[in-house]
Amino acid sequence: MAVYENLVETFVELIRRASTQLPDDVVSALEKGKAEEQKTGLAEKALGTILENVELARSISAPICQDTGTPVVWIHHPVGVSTRALAAQFHEAVRTATERKFLRPNAVDTLTGRNTGTGAGRGIPFLHFEEWDEPRVEVRMILKGGGSENVGAQYKLPDSRLKAGRDLEGVRRAVLDAVFEAQGKGCAPGVLGVCVGGDRVSAFEMSKRQLLRPIVDTNPIPELAELEERLLREGNQLGVGPMGFGGKTTLLAVKIGVLDRLPACYFVTVTYMCWADRKAAVSIDEGGEVTWLS
Amino acid sequence: MAELKLPVSEEEIRKLKVGDFVELSGRMITGRDTAHHWLMQDVREDVMPYMKDTVIYHCGPVVAKNDDGSYDFVAAGPTTSIREEPYQADVIGRYGLRGVIGKGGMGAKTLAGLAEHGAVYLHAIGGAAQVLARAIPKVERVFMLDEFGVPEAMWVIEVDRFPVVVSMDSHGGSLHDEVEGESKRRLEELLK
Repeated sequence: MAVYENLVETFVELIRRASTQLPDDVVSALEKGKAEEQKTGLAEKALGTILENVELARSISAPICQDTGTPVVWIHHPVGVSTRALAAQFHEAVRTATERKFLRPNAVDTLTGRNTGTGAGRGIPFLHFEEWDEPRVEVRMILKGGGSENVGAQYKLPDSRLKAGRDLEGVRRAVLDAVFEAQGKGCAPGVLGVCVGGDRVSAFEMSKRQLLRPIVDTNPIPELAELEERLLREGNQLGVGPMGFGGKTTLLAVKIGVLDRLPACYFVTVTYMCWADRKAAVSIDEGGEVTWLS
Repeated sequence: MAELKLPVSEEEIRKLKVGDFVELSGRMITGRDTAHHWLMQDVREDVMPYMKDTVIYHCGPVVAKNDDGSYDFVAAGPTTSIREEPYQADVIGRYGLRGVIGKGGMGAKTLAGLAEHGAVYLHAIGGAAQVLARAIPKVERVFMLDEFGVPEAMWVIEVDRFPVVVSMDSHGGSLHDEVEGESKRRLEELLK
């Protein structure tokens, strides 16, 4: 399908938007946090600088954060569209976006220590493809920074240190521990993507997929909706605050997905997304029309 | 907000306390993971004059090269500092640094090194890459660009009113220890 063979510039624009324009739902959450912090304190000042930075990045079309992260991408496509052709175009777009300074050259050869210089490398960007019935291609992407990636965690329950059993109370205990352990190192206030269940491959993917959800939404599974709300409240009670300076705003949102598990396994997987919760999405229909979804 | 000119004396640095806002102006150098490892493998005489009595910034910038061969920082916020914990105190001692800029704070070894050598840890706002790049009007020169790549190279930069918060001082004070201690108490309360 020829319409899906000319997407490099659309993908570059997707990357530019994600890197330079923080989505409105994230900005609103940061503004709400700032309003709740003590006036003229370190936490309020940090959030003020963050919001000033977001505005500046948008106005000059430059990266919000110099760590432009790993592009993690979910692509839905109709039957008959070549995923190899889409992947090749996305890699090309990453190289172009790196040349244009929307991305930092962010891929390092792990064995030699040399930066590839192009922004692309083995496993970077990370692309997921799923076929669907709709006659259009939809691309959803997050830019996942490395500092926050380092404070992600995976727990296997039961965990005797945390007195965490194989139930949602155990999940709660594990997630709160992860927030405590992260302190400010993941660039708090963060957004948590959590997966309950799955294995060590599927669970991290599912936890990252949760980050595509809007900051304010309701989990369709009532007991998870309740847990999300409780963890957001309790996570903020820890007092870590923006940048770990202390304060009320430690988390902006908690999003929990679920996968089935093996009888032997019960994983709780936490992806920590920094306040620079960069995400963008685009739809390209069979006529080639491009619709920006965020 | 206090202004601090770089290079700076030990006496000036010892006046700073946890919680102080400071704006830095003058010359500093960037360095992160690869640089810290390299700085401790040997005595790097060529970068020594660019580190003495100034600060090292844990930063992997996005950089544009101009037609005349000069460079500009396009985005330049701090990276997580704790990865340099094994090296930092020794780097401060060997190269005569008066401070470190980063995010997330550092550990006991660095805190002891700050007290011993007369240096501070300065916290920049993580992710604020544009606000901070704006405070870096000039890139003077670069070390190890080919070997380390853009993010890991050591960039000598001129800063103008670069905003930071003192989160670890030269008297054993650490905001990070305070916040972690209090949050641990609250965690234990929630997990009772």
